[in-house]
Amino acid sequence: MVSDAVHYVFLAAAACFVLGLHLMNHPRTARRGNALSAAAMSLAVAAAVWLVADEGAITRTGWLVLASGGLLGAALGLWAAREIRMTAMPQLVSVFNAVGGGAAALIAVNDLLQARDPAGTGVRVSLPGALDIVIGAVTFSGSLIAAGKLQGVVSGAPVVLPGARLLNLLLPASFVAGTVWLVLAPDSRPALYGLVAVALLFGVSMVLPIGGADMPVVIALLNAFTGSAVAMAGFVLNETALIVAGMLVSASGGILTKLMADAMNRSVANIVVGGFGTGDSSPAAAGGAPAQVRSLSADDVAIQLAYARKVILVPGYGLAAAQAQHELGALAQLLTDHGVDVGYAVHPVAGRMPGHMNVLLAEANVPYTRLKEMDDVNPEFPQADVALVIGANDVTNPAARRPGNAISGMPILDVDKARSVVVIKRSMGHGYAGLDNELYTDPRTGMFFTDAKKGLTELKTALGEYVG
Amino acid sequence: MNDLDLLTAITVFVLSVLVGVEVISKVPATLHTPLMSGSNAVHGIVVIGAMLIAAESHTWPGHVLAFVAMVFGAMNVVGGYVVTDRMLEMFRARPQAGTKAGTKAGE
Repeated sequence: MVSDAVHYVFLAAAACFVLGLHLMNHPRTARRGNALSAAAMSLAVAAAVWLVADEGAITRTGWLVLASGGLLGAALGLWAAREIRMTAMPQLVSVFNAVGGGAAALIAVNDLLQARDPAGTGVRVSLPGALDIVIGAVTFSGSLIAAGKLQGVVSGAPVVLPGARLLNLLLPASFVAGTVWLVLAPDSRPALYGLVAVALLFGVSMVLPIGGADMPVVIALLNAFTGSAVAMAGFVLNETALIVAGMLVSASGGILTKLMADAMNRSVANIVVGGFGTGDSSPAAAGGAPAQVRSLSADDVAIQLAYARKVILVPGYGLAAAQAQHELGALAQLLTDHGVDVGYAVHPVAGRMPGHMNVLLAEANVPYTRLKEMDDVNPEFPQADVALVIGANDVTNPAARRPGNAISGMPILDVDKARSVVVIKRSMGHGYAGLDNELYTDPRTGMFFTDAKKGLTELKTALGEYVG
Repeated sequence: MNDLDLLTAITVFVLSVLVGVEVISKVPATLHTPLMSGSNAVHGIVVIGAMLIAAESHTWPGHVLAFVAMVFGAMNVVGGYVVTDRMLEMFRARPQAGTKAGTKAGE
């Protein structure tokens, strides 16, 4: 039977997805893992075409819909994936999240609309169907807002809707009501449309109030949501392949969300409800003590670097924002050629997505063996002659080691333990936590006030004078 | 779906979560972005669901829904894999970076 054969193919594909994700645990095998997963996916899609053809229920219009929709989507996806700049990667992932969740929700909507015999639509279809609609639609609108925030189309600052508090009580309540209604009466159109509308609205009202700094966690969370939505679509269609793949993704998204939240020393609930991500719009008590800050020129920094034996580079969001990863890579190359031991310290939340900084540095040809994770690199700081911080603020603030402030307890890079510290930063502005960074007023710290891209280019030129 | 099917489906559901947790927790932070993008591509399997509804739609609203679901699903799956590959390609092991890489990085 064709149907059986197809399901064996689906099973094999599911096994390959697991293997593919497993291979992603090392940079050397990761690409192979992705290729394996993609090959399995192509096979599964081919098998699905076979199944559809074999069942013979599809009309000519059906084929047209299938082929034209598939080609158009594939072309859009291919174009976006090829053209996107690496710094804009998180937005794109968020958009793919949105369409995945949207597709899952549409499947359930279609199923409930098409049910020819409403009485026969048991709770086994209507319950996962309702959940699919809720999760899928929330992910769809939520992910689009997240992508908009990262792209700067929607304000990155937390936006609080009027009556947000009431809305956040009412919307979840209407989910429950709508879901129960839809389960009791699967053919009820008002329940179906109402649920879709409420879920879309909730996605918007959930993500809008979250500040830009928390977007990495939100994207991971929405990825987990899409996975669950796809798994629910699997229950609706009675396709185990969708359940397996969906839950794999959901579990991975869930773990990433937890890791990210831990790296910021915050709970997921705290982020979703809106916590210190809101600080970026309200500058904390201004002042500081500019007199205590030591300002450096490119030449000062170049001399320090040229005579160092060990330099640790600490790239942060400022580097990503200025898209200065290539300049940093070039500077590091020059230092390495000169015989300086250069390492990169990467905080787990540097960049705009978990591990985003690693991708940016990889793009700038930095070998991944040079990229060190926080726990590995922290013991190395005391041996470093210079720690060069580029646009990282909160993740280097020693205040985190003391209780009683917004970032207390957050794991940080021990930059202040290096023999000397240079910070490239545009101004004394605050990070997302709205705190003064005590590192900047430390006597061993020098500030190089400039744009990351411009500063690194100047540094490279100045360094060329000494090592050339 | 009969009872056995539901039980099987739930079993598959639970085991998939456990496998997911087990497989993912070993991935280093360096690869978290490609991992998220790669798992994003995996949930593109929703395109198969979209194909199944495209096959069973016989009314125009059904065709429209199926068409949009196909576009979304295909975009998710194709874009997801291609962009993940693009990222991972940059993680390839290089011969100990010489001056050539330096000039390229400095462009």
